[in-house]
Amino acid sequence: MPRIESKINAKSQAFADNAEHMQAQVDDLRQQFSQISQGGGEKSNQRHINRGKLLPRERIEALLDPGAPFLELSQLAALHVYDDDVPAAGIISGIGRVSGVECMIVANDATVKGGTYYPLTVKKHLRAQTIAEQNNLPCIYLVDSGGANLPRQDEVFPDREHFGRIFYNQANLSAANIPQIAVVMGSCTAGGAYVPAMADESIIVKEQGTIFLGGPPLVKAATGEVVTAEELGGGDVHCRTSGVADHLANNDHHALKIARDAVARLNRTKPVSLQLTEPVDPAYDVKEIYGIVPKDTRQSYDVREIIARVVDGSEFDEFKALYGNTLVCGFARIFGYPVGIVANNGILFSESAQKGAHFIELCAQRKIPLVFLQNITGFMVGKQYEAGGIAKHGAKMVTAVACAKVPKFTILIGGSFGAGNYGMCGRAYDPRFLFMWPNARISVMGGEQAAGVLAQVKRDQKARQDEDWSEAEEKAFKQPIIDDYEHQGHPYYASARLWDDGVIDPADTRTVLGLCLSASLNKPIEDTRFGVFRM
Amino acid sequence: MLVKLLVANRGEISCRIMRTAQRMGIHTVAVYSDADANAMHVQIADEAVCIGPAPSKDSYLRAEKIIEVARKVGADMIHPGYGFLSENAHFARLCEDNQIIFVGPPVAAIDAMGSKSAAKKIMEAAGVPLVPGYHGDDQSPEILRAEAEKMGYPVLLKAAAGGGGKGMRQVHQAGEFEQALAAAKRESMAGFGDDQMLVEKYLTQPRHVEIQVFCDVHGNGVYLFERDCSVQRRHQKVIEEAPAPGVSQALRAEMGEAALKAAKAINYVGAGTVEFLLDTDGSFYFMEMNTRLQVEHPVTEMISGQDLVEWQIRVASGEELPLNQSELTINGHAFEARIYAEDPDNEFLPATGTLHFLQPPDESDYVRVDTGVRQGDQVSVYYDPMIAKLIVWDEDRDKALRRLVKALSEYRIKGVTTNIDFLYNLVSTRAFKQAQLDTGFIDKHQQQIFLKDEADIANLLPLAALYLVLRQQQEHQNLSQHHQDPYSPWQSLNAWRSNQQYQQKLQIKVHESTHEVTVKQIEGDGQKRFIISGERFQADATGEIQQDSLIAIINGHRQRVSISADKQSCSLYTQYSALHFSRQAPDLGLLDHDQHGGGLAAPMNGSVVKLVVEVGQQVSKGQELVIMEAMKMEHSLKAPSDGKVTEFFFQQGDLVDGGAELLAFEADDA
Repeated sequence: MPRIESKINAKSQAFADNAEHMQAQVDDLRQQFSQISQGGGEKSNQRHINRGKLLPRERIEALLDPGAPFLELSQLAALHVYDDDVPAAGIISGIGRVSGVECMIVANDATVKGGTYYPLTVKKHLRAQTIAEQNNLPCIYLVDSGGANLPRQDEVFPDREHFGRIFYNQANLSAANIPQIAVVMGSCTAGGAYVPAMADESIIVKEQGTIFLGGPPLVKAATGEVVTAEELGGGDVHCRTSGVADHLANNDHHALKIARDAVARLNRTKPVSLQLTEPVDPAYDVKEIYGIVPKDTRQSYDVREIIARVVDGSEFDEFKALYGNTLVCGFARIFGYPVGIVANNGILFSESAQKGAHFIELCAQRKIPLVFLQNITGFMVGKQYEAGGIAKHGAKMVTAVACAKVPKFTILIGGSFGAGNYGMCGRAYDPRFLFMWPNARISVMGGEQAAGVLAQVKRDQKARQDEDWSEAEEKAFKQPIIDDYEHQGHPYYASARLWDDGVIDPADTRTVLGLCLSASLNKPIEDTRFGVFRM
Repeated sequence: MLVKLLVANRGEISCRIMRTAQRMGIHTVAVYSDADANAMHVQIADEAVCIGPAPSKDSYLRAEKIIEVARKVGADMIHPGYGFLSENAHFARLCEDNQIIFVGPPVAAIDAMGSKSAAKKIMEAAGVPLVPGYHGDDQSPEILRAEAEKMGYPVLLKAAAGGGGKGMRQVHQAGEFEQALAAAKRESMAGFGDDQMLVEKYLTQPRHVEIQVFCDVHGNGVYLFERDCSVQRRHQKVIEEAPAPGVSQALRAEMGEAALKAAKAINYVGAGTVEFLLDTDGSFYFMEMNTRLQVEHPVTEMISGQDLVEWQIRVASGEELPLNQSELTINGHAFEARIYAEDPDNEFLPATGTLHFLQPPDESDYVRVDTGVRQGDQVSVYYDPMIAKLIVWDEDRDKALRRLVKALSEYRIKGVTTNIDFLYNLVSTRAFKQAQLDTGFIDKHQQQIFLKDEADIANLLPLAALYLVLRQQQEHQNLSQHHQDPYSPWQSLNAWRSNQQYQQKLQIKVHESTHEVTVKQIEGDGQKRFIISGERFQADATGEIQQDSLIAIINGHRQRVSISADKQSCSLYTQYSALHFSRQAPDLGLLDHDQHGGGLAAPMNGSVVKLVVEVGQQVSKGQELVIMEAMKMEHSLKAPSDGKVTEFFFQQGDLVDGGAELLAFEADDA
């Protein structure tokens, strides 16, 4: 395969400025996460430890294979969403190897609001289950939660994608032979009791874990019966009498050991059907991405420079290189896995959209996973282009993306605006995973454009009423719109609301894609049937 | 010419003797106990006969049985090796009575040297220098005390019938005398049924230097130079070397002649060793004579180029000595290190177990390994727990010592605790390199040898931590290799974390204490880098594991460190010391049960001396339940709480393996 020849000048001032700018954003991201990873804070953590429990991140470390990676998801969930600080939405989710099997791990963080479920906690839990379902990953729930957050019950309880869906998913995942293992390491009250009860196998820590539909206060209120939590729903009761749990553990470490053993005997194999080669590092330093991505988002650059820092040996076999060149399509490998790459190199025209649709068809036919590198302001507009049928050409690409059943992975490396988001496999198109770079922006259109459109409407309105609208007034009108778009289009805002699966360091792109690709291969790649393409 | 030799021994010495005999064309016969049915010495022998159950007294110490076997198989000659019956006059006599050649001195010589005080009288008469002392029959405390004062403190009280440190006391001043005498007598009486005492001048920095002598029946005698066996622990030799550092040609000749004089005084025949104490001023004193082949004879063989077992057989057959004194020369320098299954950190308690993995250093002209065990063999409670003798030779002491250090670091034994790290630390000390030897060496340098200094441990912890994380990554990459997904980043990426440096806490156990070390993984540049920090250090480390070595670059200092590891624990060997450590596994709470009841296990191999309480008897917490003995020391097992013993699984006199449950204990309900 031909190697991409990098044309960047790492000694230039622009490169240095870009790199510095990106570094600052990555530093901020790490800083944010460092804060989030402290969970409920020192006091709350200490209380947790004093009870003889491990912190949720320590639990995950003990559960994982020693020395194995952990792909944590939605690290910024609920960031600045609620009046309360709810780090990581009080739940940690991610993929890691347990006894050699890639598993989805979901761990409540009882140091954060008692591990209760805020709306975004529910969303994050459900997202983890969706990933597990799409990629055929066994689920391990490390349960330590007070259940639904009562003050917000209207946003947590009643709807289709609310609390109840967790157990609906458990049943259906189990039905699809995606093992459901629960480790009860704290309370599992009311609805939460169904996590272990619905699990295929459940483990409970003695004198620590409790499972009951109604806790001691409720029991007392309802029947007058006075009972301790341990008597009501402790490990002994559930392992010896009720049969709600299967394994009684002495402590957190013991419970996690039992969980590891449980995974070891799941009898799972990984049906990798791709033609593999030995991985080769990219020929260029991945860190150079920092200097390549322009500080000024309006400035363009060649996306092949990014591809060269993601794929094996920087080798890229481009498809239709001479046609529709605002979309770069081609074949490459990441960690030895063959992939088709679809990357924006400017605005989408009819030709590029058709090329994209063609290439996606190829990959779906050959069962080659697709990677989308999104940096798109949208489809071209204007009389000439509408007349040229850009809407139907765009629709072809959207149809292709929507129907392709190969694993799809999307990275937002720059702008993600308008229908470009659809054609490039935005969240609505069910990529297996979607990550953003800290410099990315997502909105229906750019802030400037939105402000421009709204200002135009306003100006027309003013004109109809014969009112003046000064330049200064227009600017004052536009600025808050621009600010809003900038605020809501920011990756933190997006990630806090789970529009993606996390914000990543651009230098980790290859790593993250490699892990996701490998994880996705746990599910055999299905045949694709495309819908009707408008010709 | 003799045709059949029976070796009345086991283990390495039995193997070593038979190898020489076979080389000489002699048919060899081994004897063995039930425990040794598949032992190396049985396999090597041309013929082998079982002589009884495992305990030595029922097998290797059965003189009559062995004679009977020798007669049955038609052996011409019996070699007793060392230990067991080698210095047993009764056995030598039995051989004589049955017209079987005993490879050893005449019965009279064994008898003469059997009692220390009698031996000294003979030597005194023969003009061999003795430590100033009193060996008289008048045992009144006043006389003994007066004699002590005459020779001047410090003095040593010794049981006349004794050996091995029992019934022995150092007395540093007059005030201590009475009490020490009483204690020594008590021990002597208990140990030997006799409380006669010797009083000797106690040398404060003596060296143990012994002369190898050889005599034939034709009246010829030679000495094969000296061995320095000063490095001892509790009167047991640890490292031996030849020639003794710093001994001049003149002193060597003087000591050699004195040793020959001693041998002649008792009409000695065969191989013998005359042990001397060598004082700092060059004066030397007769200690005792061993009328057998010594454990440490190989160092003499290495520097003299002679096979002492061959000499023994030839002399026993009535031949003349192969060489005369002027034909014997010293070539180079040799060391012997005794590799034992024992726990130096726990008072050298003998260890038992299966030698799951046994890989001695490669043998060559420079390295010799005398052993009687192979991989898979048991080190049992019944016999001496020596695994092997590691012998090295080179042109001079420095070179030979380097060989010794290297060979020790290459010795791989898994399955039982050994003294290899202890030996490594010992020979790595500056004092040993500079040959500052005396019998107090180990005590004097215990800080380094037992790695007691926290600062020394802190220096080694980064290496230990680096090794543990690298091994963890290696194991992860190896173990989780999916056939269908061989290049998966899930196994190749190590402990990658999103938006955060991976950090883990390791609990590293050294001796009895646990050190918490934090290892932070730094991403990037292809090379794995770690920041390793602990209470007393912070280090920037990279490295890799190459087979049995760790290549470590710690704060820019690159070194190659030899590693010996199994699942449980690891030893690493740096230029200066060995560190034995293990990674503390998380507490799974599985032992909770034992705190409330359950059994009590033997802390080491040994014998049950006494069951102190009765079954069913109410005892209180901390009360003595059972007394065990190992290595001449008593240990008691105490009640873990108030309660009672419900059953004893062993009786008085039984031998038990370390870790065996001795009794069932039922705690009272709290």
